[in-house]
Amino acid sequence: MEAYVSLFVKAVFIENLALSFFLGMCTFIAVSKKISTAMGLGIAVMIVQAITVPANNFVYHALLQEDALSWMGIKGVDLSFLALLSCIGMIAALVQILEMVLDKFFPALYFALGIFLPLITVNCAILGGSLFMIERDYNFGESVTYGIGSGLGWALAITVMAGVREKLKYSDIPAGLQGLGITFITAGLMSLGFMAFSGIQL
Amino acid sequence: MSAVINDGLKNKILNEETKKVLITPLVNDNPITLQVLGICSALAVTSQMSTSLIMALALTLVTAFSSAAISAIRNHIPSSIRIIVQMTIIASLVIVVDQILKAVAYDVSKQLSVFVGLIITNCIVMGRAEGYAMKNPPLESFMDGIGNGAGYSLILIIVAFFRETLGSGKLLGFEVFKLTKDGGWYDPNGLMLLPPSAFFIIGLIIWSVRQWKPEQREKIDFKIMDIAHGEGGHH
Repeated sequence: MEAYVSLFVKAVFIENLALSFFLGMCTFIAVSKKISTAMGLGIAVMIVQAITVPANNFVYHALLQEDALSWMGIKGVDLSFLALLSCIGMIAALVQILEMVLDKFFPALYFALGIFLPLITVNCAILGGSLFMIERDYNFGESVTYGIGSGLGWALAITVMAGVREKLKYSDIPAGLQGLGITFITAGLMSLGFMAFSGIQL
Repeated sequence: MSAVINDGLKNKILNEETKKVLITPLVNDNPITLQVLGICSALAVTSQMSTSLIMALALTLVTAFSSAAISAIRNHIPSSIRIIVQMTIIASLVIVVDQILKAVAYDVSKQLSVFVGLIITNCIVMGRAEGYAMKNPPLESFMDGIGNGAGYSLILIIVAFFRETLGSGKLLGFEVFKLTKDGGWYDPNGLMLLPPSAFFIIGLIIWSVRQWKPEQREKIDFKIMDIAHGEGGHH
């Protein structure tokens, strides 16, 4: 249990996907103008991440890993080079299914999150989470924890960023630095802040 | 006869459109500083020049070939499933790049870790496929891919140059500044090796580009009125 808690805290703060691995930066910069939209996207990312990381973990261990097909009687086959293709396919398919399920059963949630869901397929935080899971060789339980934790970390980062940017638009910034430039520098300062967590050993 | 074909081919390659798609992404329509695409990897791999160069090369090749391939079959892709088709083509190319890197430059591929795989979701590749290759013939799309890859590479190389020289006093592993711990004069700036420095450098690059080309500046949402500049402006 302790190991899971420590992995969770690590995924949320110390190895924050947005601020220490720069994943999902394009959407992070583009959709962080308003707190409400940023929070909506953050929640959507968290849900998708919590589903796709374990799903990819299952597919990788059951089908792709070296000798994974031995339950079918096929030995000595290593399909792990297909991991990239299967991960992105899995993500695209799950996002599509999630969209349809939400549309059918939770229309209110669908209208709140609907516009963000297609964006999520190409969000590198999602694919990055799955690839880190494979690289670090997490088991199923760890992958569930990592999925939820890393999604939460990303959501936290984009919400904080939106909060800063909402105040920032009233400040007097040199013309050339306005918009994108100052956003980058703000993200850099936030990333410095998150680095304070990196000394914590769990 | 062959000379005529050669001339024809040359004209086709060097016509106005190709020149345009090759040159504009460098500064005027740079994928990173203006289109805000593909930032993730630009920030993550730039602490060393060697990894940045490999990443830039990999991304340029993937963009160029995926654009050419998508453009070649653009009239046969049903629009409802085009994203999946594009993804599959891009992912297959990235797998090829990943396997080649693992075979030829294993150390670099370990350092780049997941970021080679993340070329799949790099918005530059998807953006060019969707925005250019779906509407233009293969050769132009290929050149457009090269052009945008070059614009991306330019930013990557600038960032990596500052991060590696200031952060470790080296460039491509060769000593540029002699470090104090080796009896030299340069005290390395550790911040440059850490993630935040990449944000600062890109922010400053954007600032300088927009100072140089004011037409790239963004429209301001809120204008501060002159009265706000009065004395003692504590808010």
